[in-house]
Amino acid sequence: MPRFRLAVHKFSSCDGCQLALLNLGDALLELAELVDIVHFAEAGPVNEDAPVDLALVEGSVSTAHDVERIRRIRDSARVLVAIGACATAGGLQSLRNRADGAAWLSGIYDAPQHIDFVAQVAPVSAHVKVDLELWGCPVNKQQVLAALKDVMLGVAPRRPTASLCLECKRLGRVCTLVTGSDVCMGPVTRAGCGALCQGRGRGCYACFGPAEGVNTEALGRRLHAGGLTTDDVARRFHFINANAPAFAAAGDAWRRRDGGDGT
Amino acid sequence: MSDFAKRAETLAAGYLPRTELQRLLDALVSTGYRCVGPRVRDGAIQYLPLDRADEFPVGVRDHQEPGSYRVEVVDDERCFAWANGPQALKPLTFAPDEVLWQFSADASDLSFTTPTRAHPMTAVIGVRGCDLAALRLQEAHFLAPGNRDPAYAARREALFLVGVDCSHPAATCFCTSTGDGPSLGSGYDLALTELDDGFLVWRGSRLADAVLATLDLPPADAQLLRRAKDQQAQAAAAQQRRMPAPQRLMGLMQRLDHAQWDDVAARCLGCGNCTAVCPSCFCSSHRAEPALDGLSGSQVRSWDSCFTLEHSTMHGRPVRADIRTRYRQWLTHKLAGWQSQYGRSGCVGCGRCITWCPVGIDLTAEAAALLETDSA
Repeated sequence: MPRFRLAVHKFSSCDGCQLALLNLGDALLELAELVDIVHFAEAGPVNEDAPVDLALVEGSVSTAHDVERIRRIRDSARVLVAIGACATAGGLQSLRNRADGAAWLSGIYDAPQHIDFVAQVAPVSAHVKVDLELWGCPVNKQQVLAALKDVMLGVAPRRPTASLCLECKRLGRVCTLVTGSDVCMGPVTRAGCGALCQGRGRGCYACFGPAEGVNTEALGRRLHAGGLTTDDVARRFHFINANAPAFAAAGDAWRRRDGGDGT
Repeated sequence: MSDFAKRAETLAAGYLPRTELQRLLDALVSTGYRCVGPRVRDGAIQYLPLDRADEFPVGVRDHQEPGSYRVEVVDDERCFAWANGPQALKPLTFAPDEVLWQFSADASDLSFTTPTRAHPMTAVIGVRGCDLAALRLQEAHFLAPGNRDPAYAARREALFLVGVDCSHPAATCFCTSTGDGPSLGSGYDLALTELDDGFLVWRGSRLADAVLATLDLPPADAQLLRRAKDQQAQAAAAQQRRMPAPQRLMGLMQRLDHAQWDDVAARCLGCGNCTAVCPSCFCSSHRAEPALDGLSGSQVRSWDSCFTLEHSTMHGRPVRADIRTRYRQWLTHKLAGWQSQYGRSGCVGCGRCITWCPVGIDLTAEAAALLETDSA
């Protein structure tokens, strides 16, 4: 049987999700025994267009070059998995979609003419077919390993959709919304992080994107009743995953709210 | 007759002065148990390992309302003057994550093994009447004759239960109406009734004999017993919330199209916190955790909830696609369906789902609203 071929690609992103692979420790050595890592610029190998069984794609599609490149990568990959908030929803940089992106560009870069912005920062799935999305900012080792195993073993990949609350309660964490110790987005945020923030007594800031089948409107009302202004509530949704449809809509609704003026 | 009065008629109580509470911990340890008991951590009463009597929540009171839990410390010596925290026995018996079995394969053979289940003998101190009632419900499920769950059984068999009569129910409690408290019913190994200056100590099972022999307590006098009886009657009378009677709850099944389900669905987050803190909820999901090479792995069972889309997904589609039908599933199963399955409602009146619902949905209010009118 030919060896399994893996590629890791980076688009508009901070590289943090690729660290989930580089930080695998012993599992990375074991992985290197089992697969050929044919492209992983951050780790060494560069061969972007080589055909692979699995392409892990980090980052959002933000430039004309990104658009052209993601199509090529899709064509050469049997399975394509988008990893991280940028690749699954557009990430933090998609905040420019709801602002004057051109002004941000010229405000930040000395020579903005070299950057060929597309109008809207988009997740990978807006441009090509994505077989599996791993949410998170950043993704963690457990997620990446589970996806690798599922694809390598040829089983239907696990796709957690439930809210963080159940994971948090399994770990014995105490609800910070109920004790009043911190605002928490957990009830509408996808599980998978291991309730990291709650382990430090903090609320969730929704870096794993929207859970499915939950009620963003009810959480917004709860946060507003608890003292957040309508603008604060909108910002809780319009953060790392502002461009994910469920959070985009929830945040927009709070911005439009009567008295949506910081009251 | 109340549970407490019945016990006082049939059992003799010993008396342990408050200043000697450490002797109880020492007796449990010398009998072979490690101790787990209530401690305040992260702003809530939690059941955690402890060695010393001064680690109990001395002077702690809890204030519970729908969607709100606060603790404060007052100037007295009571250790159990609070109703409950987010969890009690459930995580100790029905583990949040549990390896059920493991497999390994080589070129010629595939083998299956059961993980070692040697749990330390543990005395849990501070178990409430509602907790014991929920334990019986969990046992009806996990230890059903002919369908015994070995992982659950191994954890359950390692426990020694030290109950404490609940003297300070919270505003969210309604165990008087479900018949599960505030005094302990049955199922404890040793029971305590906390008074200002000490504890009445009651024998619950033969497991307690070794501990009681070590303690060698003098009998409680009639005045102490009268004081305890008054305290427990007051605790029962103090409860404000009520669950409708079991027979009325069966009427929920005739109200599956009631408009109240839409009303609660607009408020419900769909997060599943109610099921996670419910001491009787037992739903789980199972998954394979293979090694990278696929040649070995574990089958893991984890707490799940009827509030997730995945839990009702069959053949790629969720059967209960909206929050309305998922909330309805939870409430009708808990309050009515369990009566057919297990001979009683699945609700023990602990009020955790009310307190720990981040948006404060009150199942007693929802049940009452659904049953208020005769029309479906």
